[in-house]
Amino acid sequence: MTVADLAFYAFSTVTVAAALMVTLSRNPVHSVLWLILTFLSAAGLFVLLGAEFVAMLLIIVYVGAVAVLFLFVVMMLDVDFAELKGEMAKYMPIGLLVAVILLIQLAFGLGAWVSADGAMGLRQAPTPDATQIDNTRALGLLLYDKYLYLFQLAGLILLVAMIGAIVLTLRHRRDIKRQNVLHQMWRDPAKALEMVDVKPGQGL
Amino acid sequence: MIGLQHYLVVAAALFVIGIFGIFLNRKNVIVILMSIELMLLAVNINFVAFSSASGDLVGQVFSLLILTVAAAEAAIGLAILVVFFRNRGSIDVEAANVMKG
Repeated sequence: MTVADLAFYAFSTVTVAAALMVTLSRNPVHSVLWLILTFLSAAGLFVLLGAEFVAMLLIIVYVGAVAVLFLFVVMMLDVDFAELKGEMAKYMPIGLLVAVILLIQLAFGLGAWVSADGAMGLRQAPTPDATQIDNTRALGLLLYDKYLYLFQLAGLILLVAMIGAIVLTLRHRRDIKRQNVLHQMWRDPAKALEMVDVKPGQGL
Repeated sequence: MIGLQHYLVVAAALFVIGIFGIFLNRKNVIVILMSIELMLLAVNINFVAFSSASGDLVGQVFSLLILTVAAAEAAIGLAILVVFFRNRGSIDVEAANVMKG
């Protein structure tokens, strides 16, 4: 057994175990932390597959952004999680049943496929020799050239997601006073000020 | 020797765990969203494993797109969750029956 094999078994065991803990953990904060561990070990699997760029992207996007977003929401919302977990045991049998059936089906599928004869000839972008061009560079050459529209589409999806999230969570509270800059700028001194000549001892 | 099959088994296990998590945490939307992330990760592992096994980089390009969609989905889902919690004071999915659908 080589080092790469050992690394594969270590990473895959950690991935699956941490994923199980995400679903079984009682505290959602712990779930998020297990999710981070899952993504980190999945990134390890990607490195073993020779996809370094996707692995690093997984760490940056998922661990750096998505998991932190989850963590923020979990900590910001004042939810009674113990109450939500109460019925977990009730759904355990049906969940296990569905999971086992699905696993059996997937096992049938995994045991029975063959790749077509001409599959190697149908490749859209054969991976260049890793000693000549590394993974990130090859992916960049492909992404910015042949799949430019796909790349732009990804940016558009992110833009829509950003606008959507802002629009959804934007809230104008009516019960607080806030500064209205235009109102302040349009204020006319002639209307706002009045000169009063107050006589001594009389007041207004 | 670790081949394509090994990675497919890991991805299948992750996918099934994701579905199991959705069934198990019927009430907690946050964990349901995390389970969906797990399933998308399983899909990503499949894409990258096939990309590596057949020597075709397009699988990795497509996994980038899935990564983007997953991030967008998480952002929108959590935004909806925050709005839902603000209106209802709970994140119980079964309380989401205002529209009586």
